[in-house]
Amino acid sequence: MVALDDPPTAARAEARPVRRRRPSPMAWVRRGGLTTLVFFLPLLLTFAYFSWWPILRGLVLSLQQTNFIVTEWVGLANFERVLADPLLLTAVWNTTYFTLLAVAIGFPVPILLAVLIAEMRRTRGFASVLAYLPVIIPPVVSVLLWKTFYRPDEAGLFNTILGWVGLGPLPWLNDPDFVIPAIVVQATWASFGTAVIIYLATLMTIRTELYEAAEIDGASILRRFWHVTLPQMRGILLIMLLLQLIGTFQVFTEPYIMTGGGPENRSTTLLLLIYRYAFVSGDYGRATALSVLLALALSLLSAIYLWATRRWSTS
Amino acid sequence: MTNVTTQPATVAPARAARRRRGPAEDVRDERSIISTMDRKSPLVRGVVAVAAGLVLVALVITCAGPLFWLFKAATSTSTETLAQPFGLWPSGLHWENVTAAWSTVRFGTYLRNTLIICAGAWFFGLLVATTGGYGIAVLRPAYAKVVEIAVLATLFIPGVVSLVALYLTVVNLPLLNVNLLNTFWAVWLPGAASAFNVLLVSRYFQAIPRELFEAARIDGAGAFRVFWSLVLPLAKPILGVVSLLTIIGAYKDFLWPLLALPDHDLQPISVALPRVESSTDLGVFMAALFVSVVIPVALFLVFQRQFLRAAGSAGAIKG
Repeated sequence: MVALDDPPTAARAEARPVRRRRPSPMAWVRRGGLTTLVFFLPLLLTFAYFSWWPILRGLVLSLQQTNFIVTEWVGLANFERVLADPLLLTAVWNTTYFTLLAVAIGFPVPILLAVLIAEMRRTRGFASVLAYLPVIIPPVVSVLLWKTFYRPDEAGLFNTILGWVGLGPLPWLNDPDFVIPAIVVQATWASFGTAVIIYLATLMTIRTELYEAAEIDGASILRRFWHVTLPQMRGILLIMLLLQLIGTFQVFTEPYIMTGGGPENRSTTLLLLIYRYAFVSGDYGRATALSVLLALALSLLSAIYLWATRRWSTS
Repeated sequence: MTNVTTQPATVAPARAARRRRGPAEDVRDERSIISTMDRKSPLVRGVVAVAAGLVLVALVITCAGPLFWLFKAATSTSTETLAQPFGLWPSGLHWENVTAAWSTVRFGTYLRNTLIICAGAWFFGLLVATTGGYGIAVLRPAYAKVVEIAVLATLFIPGVVSLVALYLTVVNLPLLNVNLLNTFWAVWLPGAASAFNVLLVSRYFQAIPRELFEAARIDGAGAFRVFWSLVLPLAKPILGVVSLLTIIGAYKDFLWPLLALPDHDLQPISVALPRVESSTDLGVFMAALFVSVVIPVALFLVFQRQFLRAAGSAGAIKG
């Protein structure tokens, strides 16, 4: 059963002990092999069905055309149709723009906040609870709440504030040039707390002798931040930046609920395109082809990033 | 992604050490960029106080402010909210919005579905993570290493690759030919296949001294007994972290339940809310949003230390 579901790994793993140490199945059972396998079953079954098999099938499906009844091999035709879609370039640009903007705001702000909060002796706990509050809110609720803030009429919160200084009302999410920045602000609000808490935890592990030594050497507070704090946080900063890049590149919920990809497809992201291919048009081949392309791009990005930063940190 | 492998391993000893030192010592060796010496200077003290004040005010306005506004909008009439978005209850509190959310939006059904999804995701997530972690870290059969690598590998593959294929798998499970669509299994089981949870738990199990298992085995305890009476009680802190992350994750999830539960009667609040948005009175809708927020926020405020510790030690991947 298990070996069937998970051909490459489990089968090979089972084969080796048979040859070397296991003379008969009965001896294997007596030594507790069966009990061990029972413990592995929940993991093997759930991963085989819902993780390993879908990943393999996703790769295969990108070369196929299926309508649930008939499945045929179509070679690279799905990829050709993906690349031929005039919307692809729009989606790539929107997603890249979204990611760059989200990282430009969402990367430095939590670092500064965490460093400042770490200096607040009495109010640190209160400040971290406040910063983490938006993370606790389900993304759907936060998106819907911000959608009402962004209302294009006078009743929107932002338009009311603009009204106080005699400006507006602005169309916000209906403005093709402003829709992505508006979504980035909401997405950053919803997620910056996680980074703040992780950085705070890292800041607390920095050895105090480093600060003391720097202080004795006459380093000012800013120089201590620059020469002690930042280098000590380098590892986690590099990883968080990569994770933010990968995470925001797969943005879906925010544009799906806020705008549905509009206006004029100016907030259509790659994942929204995949969703439309698969679950609006039922074109699973095309959807998986784009998924595979996106995953390849992300893996390439991660590889280059890890390679580049390793060179940078060793030199 | 190196912290996937290294960080959880350090969580356990670090926490144990902190517990041993006790709270008094924690305060003494606490220092940050600014030393006690620096704080004697009035200039530094002034700048720190002003910066701290600004950060607090900004956090209160940006993080607590929207929630407070949501509470206000949930307990005001729609016309009030539209006419004076910043007006504070011009005609008093209107709790009837909340009851209307139950009767007109069927909020109770969606809330019940959400709780069922969270409970199942928690149970199956913990089942897979603890039994799998026990197998990988403690029982260590010959194939454990291969399984561990296969699990780890899924962490590095972006989730998009398998989204559509996962949907097709759930529609027709291979070998079994079962359609899980519109059953809670379709949400519980894929969520349980979390490489992150398995690795977090197995790293923690690995840090347990192996002499304990030897001793238990000499005393005649079998693999099940060691798992249930020794490993699980010792692993309570990490099980708490995994439970919190799994339940929050299930509560927040949107795209997968949207695909797996097309039947309106089975949908959780996160899927139902966007669907009913346009057809619901603003005040009632705000009340529905408010109730969906109140539950996790109340839990967070009660268990804030556990939440923040889970986020600090393990949130790096989950986000």
